[in-house]
Amino acid sequence: MYRNKYRLIIPFLLPSVALYVTFVLYPYFQAMYISLTRWRGLSPNAEFIGLENFQRMVTDDRFWNALQNNLRFLATLPLITIAISLFFAFLMTQGVRGAKFYRITFFFPQVMSIVAIGVLWSFVYHPIMGILNSFLRLLGVETPPVWLGNPETALGALGAVVIWQGIGFIMILFIAGMESIPPTFYEAAEMDGANRWTIFWKITLPLLWDTVRTALIFLAIGAVDMFAIVQTMTQGGPSRSTEVLASYLYDTAFLASRFGYATAIAVFMFLMVLVLSIILMRLTRRESLEY
Amino acid sequence: MATETIPNATAQAPATQRGADFSLSAFLTRVLIQTILVAWAIIVIFPMLWLLYSSFKTDQEIFFNPWSMPEALQWANFERAWVSAHIGEYFLNSLLIVIPGLFITLLLSAMTAYVLARFPFPLNRFFFYLFLSGMLFPVFLALVPLFFLVRNLDMLNTYHGLVLVYVAYSLPFSVFFLTGFFKTLPSELHEAAIIDGANQYQVFFRVMLPLAQAGLLSIGIFNFLGMWNQYILPLVLMSDPTRYVLTQGLAYMLHQQYYMNDWSGLFAAVTIIMVPTLLVYVIFQGQIQKGITVGALKS
Repeated sequence: MYRNKYRLIIPFLLPSVALYVTFVLYPYFQAMYISLTRWRGLSPNAEFIGLENFQRMVTDDRFWNALQNNLRFLATLPLITIAISLFFAFLMTQGVRGAKFYRITFFFPQVMSIVAIGVLWSFVYHPIMGILNSFLRLLGVETPPVWLGNPETALGALGAVVIWQGIGFIMILFIAGMESIPPTFYEAAEMDGANRWTIFWKITLPLLWDTVRTALIFLAIGAVDMFAIVQTMTQGGPSRSTEVLASYLYDTAFLASRFGYATAIAVFMFLMVLVLSIILMRLTRRESLEY
Repeated sequence: MATETIPNATAQAPATQRGADFSLSAFLTRVLIQTILVAWAIIVIFPMLWLLYSSFKTDQEIFFNPWSMPEALQWANFERAWVSAHIGEYFLNSLLIVIPGLFITLLLSAMTAYVLARFPFPLNRFFFYLFLSGMLFPVFLALVPLFFLVRNLDMLNTYHGLVLVYVAYSLPFSVFFLTGFFKTLPSELHEAAIIDGANQYQVFFRVMLPLAQAGLLSIGIFNFLGMWNQYILPLVLMSDPTRYVLTQGLAYMLHQQYYMNDWSGLFAAVTIIMVPTLLVYVIFQGQIQKGITVGALKS
């Protein structure tokens, strides 16, 4: 079709490939090496120490504490978010009045930055001026918890904010999936006298399964991160009860200047996400239903 | 309204039943559903509404009457937030990074995607998968090397440094998404333009880019929100307080509150950030929902 198409291909490809290789791929590969070194950032040459950083993690209590917090998020946030979103999505495809208003409203928190949401909820949770506790007092709770100041409640309080933000988005995904299910399936089920809940479990959910898997993996990856919300609302406190791997990594690198060890934590997080995605893909695999 | 947005059997089913047997239990079900949905709507809206009206109150009112409306509108809160707390400055910094970042991302990813979607050449697949591989890694993995790379290039605390980094990290998904989009465009127009004597660059800028508008809009919204709300990258690469972007400035203000005690100013600051987002969202909500949900493809 063209004479000399390379006169277009090369200038169109070169700038983006150069930027991408320099700022994205090169740092990723460098990270693999840095994780095998001891490096305080002062000397230009990092000292190669093999797997020592990874061995140190095994006995590092602060690492285990952070990992545990991530695992708590991982065990709860994706499932709760998906359950509530599925429920709302199902309700909203039952022909309710005002569905459009609910869609717009529920989705809005997704557009705001996590930092703005973190600040907003720091106000809501505030022990004196916060509306949550003053509401609880109205209900007769005499000493409501100091949500973010108590190691017992802080992690759950952060998790609730993330669920609050995520529900609208996941719900919209599910509604889109539900709307693409052909009406004939429902008509047939109704002719057979199935009620709404049977229809949901036997028809909607199986046909929506691929979307649910996507949402699950998406939310699981989010639960391994959690940096912005933790950094904004608690900075890992009180007494490290909300510290996650990403915030430990950040402190280790940019406050303690232990760049080798911090990068080893990053490599661990990467492997964790990778293994997690593979496991979730395997566990949730089903016969795919064609329609 | 509901049946307009949800044109399927489940939406119509209750309507057909309604004529036949309008039973009490069906009515109660509808009331129950509405109650649940209204309750969640309140949980979502009320904290923001409370923030909005509280930002017009004095510190005393905020502390001692959390629910009350402001006695008098304290516009000074906004002035303090904008000027003394530097929200105006942070706002400008965000704009100075996001606008060029977004523009360059769209231009470069469209050019790259166009080539990868439409021109067979020996390394075509190699480059496609090269970009795709960037989506595999979490950004945390790059953080330390990226910091030193940007430092060695003398680009720490510079606008152009952060712009280039934003562009680079937006490329993988944007290229992936737009490549799919360019493949779906018809090639007849393309060929017709060539026959009319347009050169290859003219074909791209005058014919293909306008055709790709819908795809560019979706990916543009997706990247805009990603860049505007970005926190970790500026935190690492912009440590100079006069160059803070909005997210950083806001987090910084919150952390300073425990010493400075200007809660009403902080409420006003969050309102300043929230209201424009809300307005833009309400105007473009259809496209925004589409633009964000394309991101789910990413995982």
